Amino acid sequence: MATDHSRIAARFMISPAVLLLLGWMIVPLSMTLYFSFLDYNLLSPGMEEWIGFMNYEYFLTDPAFFAALGNTFLLVAGVLVITITGGVALALLLDQPMWGQGIVRILVIAPFFVMPTVSALVWKNMFMNPVNGLFAHAAKAMGLAPFDFFAHAPLFSIIMIVAWQWLPFATLILLTVLQSLDKEQLEAAKMDGARKMSRFVHIILPHMSRAITVVILIQTIFLLSIFAEILVTTNGGPGYASTNITYLVYAQSLLQFDVGGGSAGGIVAVVLANIVAIFLMRMIGKNLEA
Amino acid sequence: MSHTAIDSRKIIMTAIAWGIGLLIFFPILWTILTSFKTEADAIASPPMFLGFDWTLENYTEVQDRSNYFQHFWNSVVISVGSTLLGLLIAILAAWSMAFVPAKGTKNVLMWMLSTKMLPPVGVLIPIYLLFRDTGLLDTLTGLVLVLTLINLPIIVWMLYTYFKEIPGEILEAARMDGASLWAEIIHVLTPMAVPGIASTMLLNIILAWNEAFWTLNLTAAKAAPLTAFIASYSSPEGLFYAKLSAASTMAIAPILIMGWFSQKQLVRGLTFGAVK
Repeated sequence: MATDHSRIAARFMISPAVLLLLGWMIVPLSMTLYFSFLDYNLLSPGMEEWIGFMNYEYFLTDPAFFAALGNTFLLVAGVLVITITGGVALALLLDQPMWGQGIVRILVIAPFFVMPTVSALVWKNMFMNPVNGLFAHAAKAMGLAPFDFFAHAPLFSIIMIVAWQWLPFATLILLTVLQSLDKEQLEAAKMDGARKMSRFVHIILPHMSRAITVVILIQTIFLLSIFAEILVTTNGGPGYASTNITYLVYAQSLLQFDVGGGSAGGIVAVVLANIVAIFLMRMIGKNLEA
Repeated sequence: MSHTAIDSRKIIMTAIAWGIGLLIFFPILWTILTSFKTEADAIASPPMFLGFDWTLENYTEVQDRSNYFQHFWNSVVISVGSTLLGLLIAILAAWSMAFVPAKGTKNVLMWMLSTKMLPPVGVLIPIYLLFRDTGLLDTLTGLVLVLTLINLPIIVWMLYTYFKEIPGEILEAARMDGASLWAEIIHVLTPMAVPGIASTMLLNIILAWNEAFWTLNLTAAKAAPLTAFIASYSSPEGLFYAKLSAASTMAIAPILIMGWFSQKQLVRGLTFGAVK
């Protein structure tokens, strides 16, 4: 058993991590909360004034907020649908016997390691550009008019890019789970004459369901904060067509210098993320006990 | 099932999987290929796949024009620095939680995790203003600090799950033999924990290298790592596909190689033990 001595040492050793994270969370977050009740613009320093919930009123009734909220939802939902269905399909495929499985897995995982600014700019310029992009070349070769992705479907284009980045994550985790499936059970079902589809629905999918939920929750946390991909491709435009909450708060505070309004937006973003985080924490917490 | 049936099935699966794998990998392959083209070849119509004049001029030009290696070095300092600092703090915390657990250990772990779920935009303004007022804006020190803090929960969690797998009896035996706390950590625990620490380090370097919220918002020119430097290609002048590709290839190559070695750790580290 641990001695008193080591117990004291242990409390001492954990304290730097706890204090740092406490400072990181409490100090800036309470500052944001405080700023959100001020009329505070970086262009007129020293003129800060307490205005109660006015910033929230402005932020939450601004048409830009509704546009951003809708875009945030579409972005998260769109990427989730693509990566989860694609991830399940790819995991099933990669679990089949084949030659060079290790290499294929490496090819599939690679996009996850590409930094967001690189993947966004490569897709934007070398693939989706209406003049010189590969898609434009392909369209011309087939006698079609090239499509200007970022002018006519900015949010869709960003969803495509982000889905490409996150598909490997879903695939990798679902594949790991699939490989832990008891193969004897599948063989037994096969012997009993269960068809492919019914084996998938009754054995494979239930086995994966927990992991799918975890992937959904973790991705949602990250997808709510998508920023770089929007910054380097559309700057949130045209208009607010590809602005999400994260980008809206950034624009309000660092481009328009409206600290008060931006802070109110930041708090709204924290509340939104927390709704997802509560579910995720519950699942992780359950696993920790086991 | 007969032998030939199995074989033909395997051939079909191999073909489909390789096809899809190459399709997903293609944008990266295309970037690497384009980095060896001249700017004119890079936008040639129809596109040129292999039959172009291979050149290295983009790589030298990217360096000459923009001091590329300064940004590369910034990325190295930020990712390695924040990882080492984070490890230093996290090893102590994870050790104490794994081997001397208390009633509140689980809550502390969960609370640490919850800080990771705080959207960065919720603390953007205070951090920006604090950095401005303390002169930390656009400095490597400032970025190392922020990235250490945002990735600390992941490091603690990963280390905790690795340390948990070390049997406690070994430590008790060492204690019986009269080993001091430090001797226990240095001679007994550390050798067993090295693989776990190494994987944690690898994953965290990857995450820090690719971090693109704080690096974009807290740097200008001086301390900008590759994420921010590449972002400057979003307002291009003239022909730039080949140069963008060369800059991108150098930015992703080291991390791609490290990433391929850390597939397993990726699952463990990013699901916080919820998927094993």
